[in-house]
Amino acid sequence: MKHTSAQSILPVLLQGKGKALNGFDFSPKLWHGVILLAVCLLTSTISFAQSAPAKISVIDALFRWMPLLLQGFVFNLVISVFAMAIGTASGAALGLGQISPNVAIRKVCWFVTQFFRNSPWLVLLFFAMFLLPFEFSVFGLKIPLPDWLKATVGLSLPVMANVSEIVRGAVNSLPSGQWEAAESLAFSRRQTLWEIILPQCVKRMLPPWMNLYAILTMATVLASIVGVSEVMTLTGQALAAEGGRTDLLAPFYSFVLLIFFIYCYPIARWTVYLEQKFAVKG
Amino acid sequence: MSWTEDQPMVSIKDVHKSFGDLEVLKGVSLDVKKGEVICIIGPSGSGKSTLIRCVNALNDIQQGSIRVEGQEVNDPDLNKLELRKKVGMVFQQYNLFPHKTAVQNVMMAPLRVLKQDKSAVEKKARALIKKVRLEGKEDAFPGELSGGQQQRVAIARSLAMNPDVMLFDEVTAALDPETVGEVLQTIKDLAEDGMTCILVTHEMGFAREVADHIYFTDRGVIVEHGPPASFFDEAKDPRTKEFLSQIL
Repeated sequence: MKHTSAQSILPVLLQGKGKALNGFDFSPKLWHGVILLAVCLLTSTISFAQSAPAKISVIDALFRWMPLLLQGFVFNLVISVFAMAIGTASGAALGLGQISPNVAIRKVCWFVTQFFRNSPWLVLLFFAMFLLPFEFSVFGLKIPLPDWLKATVGLSLPVMANVSEIVRGAVNSLPSGQWEAAESLAFSRRQTLWEIILPQCVKRMLPPWMNLYAILTMATVLASIVGVSEVMTLTGQALAAEGGRTDLLAPFYSFVLLIFFIYCYPIARWTVYLEQKFAVKG
Repeated sequence: MSWTEDQPMVSIKDVHKSFGDLEVLKGVSLDVKKGEVICIIGPSGSGKSTLIRCVNALNDIQQGSIRVEGQEVNDPDLNKLELRKKVGMVFQQYNLFPHKTAVQNVMMAPLRVLKQDKSAVEKKARALIKKVRLEGKEDAFPGELSGGQQQRVAIARSLAMNPDVMLFDEVTAALDPETVGEVLQTIKDLAEDGMTCILVTHEMGFAREVADHIYFTDRGVIVEHGPPASFFDEAKDPRTKEFLSQIL
């Protein structure tokens, strides 16, 4: 009985993947996903074949925990979106500081950027976890700062530094003639930057920014190390709840890999598409 | 302080300019009267472009004086924006804003810098595009235009600010030969309308035709100058003669 349900799922999943393949060209990354899916299913079936009849099948175990794991994954996405938002806003400010005409501002922003860009993400995460208070008070009102929010701030630090470099790089990549033309039309520096330079930079910044987002999303699992209930933490808990069955390890973690791949791969494809599109126009 | 129209519109006196240890301008003086067209010619690296970039303060100078309508440019308290409203500039590489259409390029500065009314600005921009003979190209992006067309949009963009003086920095040097003529014609139209123009150019035939006065620079100094007829036919300095024999 269990066997048939597993077999009936297999072709369905593979068929769906096959359809998706037709729409894309075969890039190494897509193969990566196909292999992941195969590993996930293969480990499930092999593990199932090896498991004692008294235990529930690997597939059933995976399906039972899937809602919780997906919930955990959504939490990863929430962290990634918040960290990206904080990192983008602060990074944009820092990047503009790096091109400020004021030498002091420029140097400070450059230093902050380099400091956070060249630090391991995990160290920055720990740094945020232990340096930020668990609550802070504003006008006597105590606002709690839960772990996941601290982790979000921790992850936003390297994002900030990378966005800062993206902004600086994009502004510097424009020909100096754009600045000179604007200056000779009596635009002030501020107007030149906001009305002529930055609008042209958005296109150039978008692909690396999306790339950074994909990297950040994959890095959100680091939050499991500091005890945030995201998908990796929950996977560990689910495995423990199943009695630490070793045959479940590979399928469960393959499943986590797979959902990250399904989310991040289209972003990567879209980034490549945008890069090509903008490259033609210059 | 008070400037009147019978005085030179642009007055350059003993200007020195260095980039680091390299002295590019070694005491250059020249005057441009209202409505006059002057051409600056000379071998590359002689400081021609640097000189006209100093007139609208894109480059600063170390020594000497540049006055535009009586206003001293070599002054740390100079209001550069006020100066640049009076001095238009067109570049060798056009430098149009690629994310804006032709008419938007022309409209941008009057709208944003002079804060003029939008409908009036648009009407004027379309008239200017017509004046540079680009009717029908109003909504084209710079990337869709030829070099000569882009350069004419750049001229229209500069004119939209109603400048008193126009600076042209080798504006035909990057163009295909077949589009040089249309840009020169546009400048000629301007000159005939009485616009004060300072041109850096390698187009000798054009210089002879439109210029009121020709200046020949070499190694940071003005070697020789005069009205076109006498300059081209009766050059006295050996350096001028050598340059002219190479180029003509």
